[in-house]
Amino acid sequence: MRRAFVQSLCRLAAQDPRIVLLTGDLGYLVMEPFQRQFPDRFFNAGVAEQNMIGLATGLAEAGFLPYTYSIATFAALRPFEFIRNGPVMHNLPVRMVGMGAGFEYGHAGPTHYGTEDVAVLRTLAGLTVVIPADPAQTTTAMLATSKLPGPVYYSLGKDDGAVLPELAGQFELGRIQIVREGRDLAIVTMGTLVREALAAADELAAHGVEACVAVVSNFNPDPVDDLADLLANHSQAITVEAQALSGGLAACVGTVIASHGLACRLKPLAVRTPPDGTSGSQQDRWRKHGLDRAGIVSSVLATARGACQ
Amino acid sequence: MFRPSLSQTELEAKALRIRRKIVEMIAAAKSGHPGGSLSAVEILVTLFYGVLRHDPSKPKWEDRDRFILSKGHAAPVLYSVLADCGYCDWNSLDTLRRLGSVYQGHPDVRFLPALEASTGSLGQGLSLAIGMALAARLDGRPSRAYVVLGDGEIQEGQIWEAAMFAGARGIDNLVAVVDYNRIQLDGFVADILDVEPLAEKWRAFNWHVLEVDGHSIPALQNAFAEAEATRGKPTVLVAHTVKGKGVSFMENNPKFHGTAPTLDEMQRALAELV
Repeated sequence: MRRAFVQSLCRLAAQDPRIVLLTGDLGYLVMEPFQRQFPDRFFNAGVAEQNMIGLATGLAEAGFLPYTYSIATFAALRPFEFIRNGPVMHNLPVRMVGMGAGFEYGHAGPTHYGTEDVAVLRTLAGLTVVIPADPAQTTTAMLATSKLPGPVYYSLGKDDGAVLPELAGQFELGRIQIVREGRDLAIVTMGTLVREALAAADELAAHGVEACVAVVSNFNPDPVDDLADLLANHSQAITVEAQALSGGLAACVGTVIASHGLACRLKPLAVRTPPDGTSGSQQDRWRKHGLDRAGIVSSVLATARGACQ
Repeated sequence: MFRPSLSQTELEAKALRIRRKIVEMIAAAKSGHPGGSLSAVEILVTLFYGVLRHDPSKPKWEDRDRFILSKGHAAPVLYSVLADCGYCDWNSLDTLRRLGSVYQGHPDVRFLPALEASTGSLGQGLSLAIGMALAARLDGRPSRAYVVLGDGEIQEGQIWEAAMFAGARGIDNLVAVVDYNRIQLDGFVADILDVEPLAEKWRAFNWHVLEVDGHSIPALQNAFAEAEATRGKPTVLVAHTVKGKGVSFMENNPKFHGTAPTLDEMQRALAELV
């Protein structure tokens, strides 16, 4: 989604001279199109993410529309307090991009994993959190949120090749998208894991389980009504996210179920264990945490068996 | 534009009026930070009466200079100076820290539009000021950005990220003032985490450094004029000040970093501030 992000940003910047881009020394092979087109509106803040968010807040106060770019964990966690006291408390239109959410930097090891960015930033009421699932949805989401008066955080995947035709690039704030219908169970997921959920649903169909797949692509506002409608019609739901169990998608879905008094049993698949020092590919990390298609299938089948006994 | 040319006597009278109000409002609130407000009085009076280009009748005038009190706990000095300029109500300053008051414990722009930023968490104001200075440069506006930092505050790492950026980019429409009163919450800066050699630190980050008596209005005026004439570098004033300045029992006394005077202490302080 990196290319989709830069292309969309260039498109927006061509129309809006107030857009500036700041990066924390992570522009190489990503930002060049923007830098070439708008050299005066590109700033490398160096490896200093707190100051980068501070600069962006000052620029936004003076009427600019700054986008900041870094790896998800450095974009979200390092400057967390300043995101709270800066763009959020001042309600300024700073756009923060965290790249490589979840386990996309798998081989780089746990210091580079973005397994808390969404869960942590979702705690900030007033900060719209956007988690596109593929390049087309990245573009739609960026255009749909570019004019919001307040701050936005985008948790993006790197891969521009993983396209979801089922999603058709749809995005709407406060809404979910259903990319597969199924009456036995609802799989609620987000980001790059949507494709694993779809593959798992195909495999489950071979076992006679018809799973619906719902995509959550934004929080604050949370898609409460859509989730309540969906889960009122399912007795079982499973959430799949490459995020910490606390605070992320499972927390949102669980709150909707409980607060609406729905008769739906939730099985949350998330990152439950601290890093053990091993590293590997994203696929390998998903497998390790039971988030890949095989993990989803076995978890659903185990739950189904448990329900029958 | 509001850039009055007041005589030294008039400016000193302003400083005295502000000092008295700081003591009164913190005593009324029964909590707050008198020491670091009293040390910064001449710095703010000099800035708001003759240095900053601003207009109390148009707080959001686009070409105004920006002022950020990064050491947000010194809110009383900022509130009383803003009120004296006519931005907000002088008579209600004593509602400081009360529910419903616009005078929050730390400056909050949602309550006072004259503020440029809400501050209170230390170390964050310099980055904001740089962003505002950068915006003025991009827009070709004459605005300059001024930020007052505490000496304890600059122990925060973000200050040095920001200092490095402004120095490397030669942001010369930016002035930082370190209120070097040598006391932080727990005691003396030199004992807790010494910031010396302070001038050399900023110089090494490519700033134009001026050491100045932070209680001398003429010295501050000269320093701000030199900063404005400096090209290619941001300027920092290392302002040597006295914590609790003007009240004998508060001066150089770490207790009054964050302790309000009692009513009796307030009376004794006001008797000295004449």
